[in-house]
Amino acid sequence: MSSAPVIEMRRLWVTYNHAPVLEDIDLDIQGGSFVGILGPNGAGKSTLLKVLLGLIRPSRGEVRVFGESPERLRRQGRFVGYLPQRPLTNPRFPITVLDAVLMGRYGQIGLGRRPAPADRRVAQENLERVGIAHLADRPIGDLSGGEQQRVFIARALSVEPRLLILDEPTVSLDACAQDDLYDLVQRVREDLGLTVLMVSHDIGAVATHVDDIVCLNRRVHLHQAPPIGRLALENTFGCSVEYLFHGQIPHRVVRVHDD
Amino acid sequence: MTELLALGFFQRALLAGLVLSLLCGLLSVFVILRRLAFIGVGISHSAFGGVALGFLLGVDPLWTGVVFSVLVALLIEWARGRGRLEEDAAIGIFFAASMALGVIFLHLSRTYNVDVFSFLFGNILAIGPRQVLQILGVAVAVAATLALCFKELVFLSFDEEMAWVSGVPVQALRNLFLILMALVVIVSIYLVGIILVSALLVIPGAVARNLAGHIRTMVAVSMGAAAGATVGGLLLSYQLDWPSGATVVLLLSLVFFLSAFLVRRSRRPGG
Repeated sequence: MSSAPVIEMRRLWVTYNHAPVLEDIDLDIQGGSFVGILGPNGAGKSTLLKVLLGLIRPSRGEVRVFGESPERLRRQGRFVGYLPQRPLTNPRFPITVLDAVLMGRYGQIGLGRRPAPADRRVAQENLERVGIAHLADRPIGDLSGGEQQRVFIARALSVEPRLLILDEPTVSLDACAQDDLYDLVQRVREDLGLTVLMVSHDIGAVATHVDDIVCLNRRVHLHQAPPIGRLALENTFGCSVEYLFHGQIPHRVVRVHDD
Repeated sequence: MTELLALGFFQRALLAGLVLSLLCGLLSVFVILRRLAFIGVGISHSAFGGVALGFLLGVDPLWTGVVFSVLVALLIEWARGRGRLEEDAAIGIFFAASMALGVIFLHLSRTYNVDVFSFLFGNILAIGPRQVLQILGVAVAVAATLALCFKELVFLSFDEEMAWVSGVPVQALRNLFLILMALVVIVSIYLVGIILVSALLVIPGAVARNLAGHIRTMVAVSMGAAAGATVGGLLLSYQLDWPSGATVVLLLSLVFFLSAFLVRRSRRPGG
């Protein structure tokens, strides 16, 4: 499992209106690893995820996820679980927590069929796994931000994926909820043997939780293991970055440079 | 009242009104959840162009209306998908253009007459057995289609990006829903007319939004509100000798204001 790369990108380019968003990306991600993708705003992080999810076709180059094209994989509705950045666009949407988690099964259930007892069991198990089984029948809008995030992780897991993709999972959470979320992801990853890809601009969190870091700013800079050097970060962010560890809380200090 | 119900034309009106209102109530839930109220207005008004084309060509305005509305709906979706034009602007342009086209068609066909008026404001008491069959046919087709992709439509309304990622055929469903809307709009013209038909697509769902907390109860409340207001409106219009379509829409609006009032009361702290 850990020998074959889960994600392979070869000389991959994505351009919007002739402007490159991703340039010449070569990237292998091994099965079972926890990879953080770091980069400033506009670095192409979301674009990279959309390519992997099969929502954007690369302008040039090749991408394979589990040896398949991401578009084919998307139509099958399995293997990849995804936690979007802002999952609850309409907070008063009239469904329960369990309904939302069951949506993770829809790709496999298919049109015209109702969720079977087995699908409900998968959803229920994943609600338990993320620790909110007692909220199953509550309206989704009644939950706190941290609880909602768990609902959407449970939904992603209900795909029964082998790859979990998280897009800025902590932006809307307070510090405690952020820590809980990272612990949860770590635990789920170990329990289920998942490959996890997490996009973030929270350098401190990424550096403390992941195995490998991909620094992205249109191009890729790879780092095998944390701690990552200051120089590498500066190369990625294009500005001076101080990265300090003291006590329990890692800080970062960013000095905007003039160019 | 019993003698009224024994009248053939009133039985037809009641049956057609009931079927149409249940259908609109079902669709209305998604119109509200997906914020498609304005596109409903756009589709219904653009039907005017198609209906007028039917008069000009001397064919059943239902068919030309369906073709025209479906085309306009898909054009709006296409313009939105290309991203060069905001959706509300696209709707505003296409519906004005098709209404203008309708006026020209009518001018060319020289039929400024009662027929046109009943298409604009509805005349359910005048429908014949053939129209009842058309309505039943559309109702069965639309309800069956909605039942087949109900869960996907809910997913789409909840989170379109996630639906894409999960392998739901999002674009096909978006187009399909617009086609269903165009079909329902056209047959509902018999009941309330082109000008008022969007009320049937918007108000029942809005009532249900106020009163129901779950999608399934929302569907039931929406269909119930639409059917209640339609049957009540038809009876009332007969008693008062008022235009039937307008009476139905007024009654439905009244139900909405009542539901909004109930929600306000129940949300008041300690109330």
